[in-house]
Amino acid sequence: MNLLVNLFRSSLGRKLVMGATGAGLFGFVVIHMIGNLQVFAGAEVLNQYAILLRTSEELLWGFRLALLAMVGLHLYCAITLTLDNRRARPAGYQDKRPLGATIASRTMMVSGVVVAAFIVFHILHFTTRDIFTDYKAWTIELHGREGHDVYRMVVHGFSIPWVSAAYIVGVGLLCAHLSHGVQSFFQSLGLVSTGYQPIIRAAGVAAALIIFLGMAAVPVSILLKWVS
Amino acid sequence: MNVSLRVWRQKGPGTQGCFETHEARDLNPDMSFLEMLDVVNERLAVEGKDPIAFDHDCREGICGMCSCVINGEPHGPEFKVATCQTYMRSFRDGDTITIEPFRSRAFPVLRDLVVNRSSFDRIIQAGGFVSVPTGSAPDGNAIPVSKEIADLAMDAAACIGCGACVAACKNGSAMLFVAAKVSQLNILPQGKPEKDRRVLRMVQAMDAEGFGNCSNTYACEAACPKGISVNFIARMNRDYAVALLKNKPA
Amino acid sequence: MNLESRTPSGPLAQKWDRHRAEIKLVNPANKRKYEIIVVGSGLAGASAAASLAELGYRVKCFCFQDSPRRAHSIAAQGGINAAKNYQNDGDSVYRLFYDTIKGGDFRAREANVYRLAQVSVNIIDQCVAQGVPFAREYGGTLANRSFGGAQVSRTFYARGQTGQQLLLGAYQALSRQIGAGAVKMFPRTEMLDLVVADGAARGIVARDLVSGKIEAHSAHAVVLATGGYGNAYNLSTYARGSNATAIWRAHRKGALFANPCYTQIHPTCIPVSGDYQSKLTLMSESLRNDGRVWVPKRKEDSGKPPASIAEEDRDYYLERLYPSFGNLAPRDISSRAAKRVCDEGRGVGPSGLGVYLDFSDAISRLGHKVVEERYGNLFDIYKEITGENAYDVPMRIYPAIHYTMGGLWVDYNLMSNVPGLFVAGEANFSDHGANRLGASALMQGLADGYFVLPYTIGGYLATQKPGAALPADHAEFRKSIEDVGTRTRRLLSVNGSRTADSFHKQLGRLLWEKCGMARNRQGLTEALKAIPALREEFWQNVRVPGCGEELNQALERAGRIADYFELAELICLDALTREESCGGHFREEFQTDEGEALRDDEKFAFVSAWEFKGLNGSGHWDLHKEPLAYEEVHMSQRSYK
Repeated sequence: MNLLVNLFRSSLGRKLVMGATGAGLFGFVVIHMIGNLQVFAGAEVLNQYAILLRTSEELLWGFRLALLAMVGLHLYCAITLTLDNRRARPAGYQDKRPLGATIASRTMMVSGVVVAAFIVFHILHFTTRDIFTDYKAWTIELHGREGHDVYRMVVHGFSIPWVSAAYIVGVGLLCAHLSHGVQSFFQSLGLVSTGYQPIIRAAGVAAALIIFLGMAAVPVSILLKWVS
Repeated sequence: MNVSLRVWRQKGPGTQGCFETHEARDLNPDMSFLEMLDVVNERLAVEGKDPIAFDHDCREGICGMCSCVINGEPHGPEFKVATCQTYMRSFRDGDTITIEPFRSRAFPVLRDLVVNRSSFDRIIQAGGFVSVPTGSAPDGNAIPVSKEIADLAMDAAACIGCGACVAACKNGSAMLFVAAKVSQLNILPQGKPEKDRRVLRMVQAMDAEGFGNCSNTYACEAACPKGISVNFIARMNRDYAVALLKNKPA
Repeated sequence: MNLESRTPSGPLAQKWDRHRAEIKLVNPANKRKYEIIVVGSGLAGASAAASLAELGYRVKCFCFQDSPRRAHSIAAQGGINAAKNYQNDGDSVYRLFYDTIKGGDFRAREANVYRLAQVSVNIIDQCVAQGVPFAREYGGTLANRSFGGAQVSRTFYARGQTGQQLLLGAYQALSRQIGAGAVKMFPRTEMLDLVVADGAARGIVARDLVSGKIEAHSAHAVVLATGGYGNAYNLSTYARGSNATAIWRAHRKGALFANPCYTQIHPTCIPVSGDYQSKLTLMSESLRNDGRVWVPKRKEDSGKPPASIAEEDRDYYLERLYPSFGNLAPRDISSRAAKRVCDEGRGVGPSGLGVYLDFSDAISRLGHKVVEERYGNLFDIYKEITGENAYDVPMRIYPAIHYTMGGLWVDYNLMSNVPGLFVAGEANFSDHGANRLGASALMQGLADGYFVLPYTIGGYLATQKPGAALPADHAEFRKSIEDVGTRTRRLLSVNGSRTADSFHKQLGRLLWEKCGMARNRQGLTEALKAIPALREEFWQNVRVPGCGEELNQALERAGRIADYFELAELICLDALTREESCGGHFREEFQTDEGEALRDDEKFAFVSAWEFKGLNGSGHWDLHKEPLAYEEVHMSQRSYK
């Protein structure tokens, strides 16, 4: 009981939860990116991958629930910690300088909220297909298994400039979030020791940049008609 | 040189405060910032007005009593110095300087620029010590401590307990202060027996005082007059996680 | 009055052990029934409060700062001596004892100093166990350095922050007891009176500096550990808040003040840069190992930039006057030499009160890099304060007050002549005689608090009835609260035209000139006229803004400054009556042909203990003498030739 109480009540406990769930979600983003990049290998590869993901309904939902739990815990900690932080300084400064803190680190709440809103839109768009309901009918059959024509959906979706723009902004903020989040994970879990901090900070920024490029490559290529 | 001060004035705890403007004239650039305030206060006293209350004591950067946020920076514009070691040559003739108290729920303003930092003392009282009664110590050389470990502990122990870390943090977090003391004692062999208990209790005390949470922006390290490293925060996080997993009562 | 030092009999080396074996004990179950007040939370106060609480006594601890961790012990840089002989270089308890008593110019009580050397080894053990991060060798053992001309290496240190680390160790021990409820801490509370009833100390009256409330606190014993009185000189290396009010109020209530004229002046401080100056900063004495001290030969050159003064126009006066010791002449001698050349008008810097400490020879001999390795941090501090780069232009230094050996008179048990009033650390007079050696202040503060008071207070309390202390509404407490209130109101009601600080500056200048590095009959006589006059003017013309029922820093300072006038008078009186030169007390009339201090053991081998008799225009005191009898050591002339 002590463990749970400390984990969810104490400041450091919630930071541990925050870091651990953040790391899980980071892993999901990386896998997602690798999946996305298959669009460059053509329709068959991407659709094949999409069908693969849906091999087992139980596994899929297990995975979704785990993700949802991680998002939930991440959000719970973020909100309660932020509320604590607001309370910790009832009267603010007239003049305030950031003192070495990066923009990304100071705007985690903003980037987090926008990313969360973007994810909702993204799920409605591609997973439940409620933004463009036509998508629901776009199915294909591949090697005897039926599935959605994800490739067609992606190409259609991103050929609409505002959708692509929203996506790029969303992914950009996600990566800003990650550029601080990655090193923050190592810090909050105490996985960094003297001397390694500059390397971890640089690695966090590099990882975020790679993810941004990987993610943004898809809509950009579709808009530029490199992929159709 | 002449400067214009925008100073936070507040009669007492819980009362309304506001900014007041005072002119500081004919200053010598070799004056310390606090000596400049002394000069302003001398004039206010002669004019029968209330002098500006501010905390200070040793005036050589070691006691940690001086505070103030000067132009948005705790302890002023110079790197790694306390307010008392800030000199007027760091400002330009004609500047307007904004002086505010450290702002934190856990540091209530007592008057003008004076805040109550007893919350720091209560955190130390919760576990920032080695439980060794006077007279019960073994010979000083009975416990060898490698130079590396002694130096690292000294890096943490250099904290002067001023609270600039709290003042600088956008969340008003006291992590750097707490981490420095937890780390100093947890690193040393003398402090090992109480390692888990210490970190659990001190973090609990820190939370109870109403400080904010660390979001790893590292403004604290930049504001610290002694340059205490945020690595100690990582170290405390690790100690805390380990203590948590052992699941022992604090 | 009978000044009984209560030094135990028997051979010197066995006195303390025997005394401890014979001292009366308090039954453990009864300890809870005694209350002890500790005023001050520096090395002596914090260590005493923590140790007494560990024993089971109920302790109340007071400090004027916002936290006990801020006490000025924190600023001590160099280190702490202990006769551990870890270096195998022939150190011993006896050697530390002898060095200390000789360094004090044979004006300290022998048995106290021997005990100090004995317990020095326990202090190191205690501090190590507390987690004080002392410097270590690669093998993991404690490192030592040599200090202050001692021929053995016995100084333990934690970088340049030894005082800070030792204080934090004591603060943490104290915090543990506060957390456990054994000590009640009163930060931002200033003692303004000692309460004496039925011939014994029964408590104090203190002002809450935040609310302004004046309250009585009663106890079975009172410990004053409030530090030295060097701030009477205004400019010193003391913290701005360090003050003499607690010991002075106790003095006015009957406690004898011993050897007030023994003040120590440190030769290497950063000089005063202007009238606004509030504080002098010490530069480590080690700088004199490679720096050369000089001033221009001619008065007319003193305003010129140092680089434009030709080599033959420079006076390396220490090398000239003391060829064998040169720039490494002892503290008191080099301080006085600096004063002399400045008095001749050859001082440098804007105020004319400064001498050059020049590293250009060292830089050309050793190279910039070596000098930077040795002294880099000190050059940085110098630059921070003065804005000058000492690699390019010579440093300017000047002596400053930084310690007072005198203080309240105490017996071997550290109890003053007022029963139940104990005095520890710099606040008492006990261990340093007329001059303190480097790295000995930390040793004494902790010795008193950790290893002497816990025994000797028990011995006193065992003679007192356990149970409730005198109620705080007893007539003596009520009278004391009334007196303190009257005095506070009086300060606030003068409503004159000068601030207390301006008086402090004037008093400090006077004291520094007449009773600083060198004193003489004429100057002291003048000061004894001028000080009471200044005090009169203060009470006629001071202006203290604000009111008493609030946080009022101007009022706090005014109260302390008011006490300095009386204290300053006593310092001068003591200096005038001590017609010899010893340690920090240098009377120009009493010097050898070479300008060395000339002691007079025939007439002045005693402790001057002054009893306050009241103010009537000027102050009145009775002098009591405690003869200094040396059983073990032979008094000899200090020589640096």
